[in-house]
Amino acid sequence: MKIMGYRRSNGDVGIRNHIAVIPASVCASVVAERIADQVEGAIALPNQHGCAQIKPDLDVTARTLAGLGKNGNVAGVLVIGLGCESLQVDWLAEEIASTGKPVEALVIQKCGGTLKTQEAGLRLARIMAQKVSIYEKEEISPESIILGLECGGSDATSGLAANPVHGYVSDKLVALGGTSILSETTELIGAEHVLVRRAVSDEVGEKLLKIVSDCEKRANSMGVDLRGSQPTPGNIEGGLTTIEEKSLGCIYKGGTSPLQGVLEYGERPSGKGFYVMDTPGQDIESITGMVAGGAQIVIFTTGRGTPTGSPLAPVIKITGNPRTYQLMEENIDINGGTIITGTETMPEVGERMIQEIAAVCRGRLTKAEALKHREFGIYKLTSTF
Amino acid sequence: MGESVRNALVMKSSDNVGTIIRDLNQGEEACFEVEGKVETMSLKNSIPFGHKFALVNIPTGENIIKYGEIIGRATSDIPAGAHVHVHNVESLRGRGDLEVKS
Repeated sequence: MKIMGYRRSNGDVGIRNHIAVIPASVCASVVAERIADQVEGAIALPNQHGCAQIKPDLDVTARTLAGLGKNGNVAGVLVIGLGCESLQVDWLAEEIASTGKPVEALVIQKCGGTLKTQEAGLRLARIMAQKVSIYEKEEISPESIILGLECGGSDATSGLAANPVHGYVSDKLVALGGTSILSETTELIGAEHVLVRRAVSDEVGEKLLKIVSDCEKRANSMGVDLRGSQPTPGNIEGGLTTIEEKSLGCIYKGGTSPLQGVLEYGERPSGKGFYVMDTPGQDIESITGMVAGGAQIVIFTTGRGTPTGSPLAPVIKITGNPRTYQLMEENIDINGGTIITGTETMPEVGERMIQEIAAVCRGRLTKAEALKHREFGIYKLTSTF
Repeated sequence: MGESVRNALVMKSSDNVGTIIRDLNQGEEACFEVEGKVETMSLKNSIPFGHKFALVNIPTGENIIKYGEIIGRATSDIPAGAHVHVHNVESLRGRGDLEVKS
């Protein structure tokens, strides 16, 4: 598996060369977006967080935004803050700068408002865009890759065909020394007893069971049947009856490799191999968490069809539903419906996915990238205060 | 067996439901393999692509098994060949509604 990537000064690897314009809070989001709009290769991460959040939530936001800035796909970062928000700009900029990549920061209340911040930001981002434009890709080891495993808009074919393809790819990458992350804790409810058998230690197994139990308790505290939220109405129309059925299909994405650890939302794996990250089942927030944890590429199964991408990491879509591929080919990169129709085997489609991953690492745009699908959302536990 | 005949999947031999992979009408036969052995079953309902049918008679309260694991519980008697879905299966997990009542 020949993979091309950018080697960063701290040894991390990226397969894209973005400049991230990161607002430290909702109040700086518009300014960040306007700067990114006008600079080649710049992408803003507008968000609703960073202020008036209670500490556990603020910690999630801080870890996530810092992790996104540190992601190997990011060549340089411009942090924009309002100035009075809880998530302080200096901390965020310094945290990201620990990677050795160029980082600049501006504070709207110090610059003197929107226009002055935009002008200063545009100048800094323009200089950065030129600086990173000369970086070149080189052949890198699969050991440097962190692969995010996502599913969304699932139907019965997800568990029967497309998710097993993810599992096949995950196992191959792990065998080559790389890392994969399975997320979406809600979609482990009813399947945790299967996954826990693969934990490398009792401690890892207990942590897995705890995140699932905590997730179910949070849902139950609302006093309603989870069904209708999970599985969603679309999942149900696609033939999935209960969360247990959805979950048992979902965990096929994780293949058969030993479970090395259980990560907090946005936490980077400390070693190589297969990990679980504690994220919600909501696709956008789940992908954000994995990319903040270092994933440079995400593979995404969808039975019903979904267009979503990510601002910083290429997202490769596959469906196990032949009708969905016909209907939404403009959004879906790989047709795994051939497994259901019997014209291809699961490993054959798995090998096609591996080839596609290598091509996307070389620079080929995914359909989500080509259509600028940059859906972005950060998980939060509770309301703002 | 020709691939064109296969219109349903059974994941594990211990499963009591199969999955239809072509829209099938009431009275049509689901054709599937269990451990390499081809079996058929006449369907008691029309069942859309991706939905499940009962492989055996499943009485009220019995577990529904797919992937060799429990995916829920029958809320009514389900005859072999009938559609198995939210109308006759409840989830055992994420049931905040039951916690409040108890």
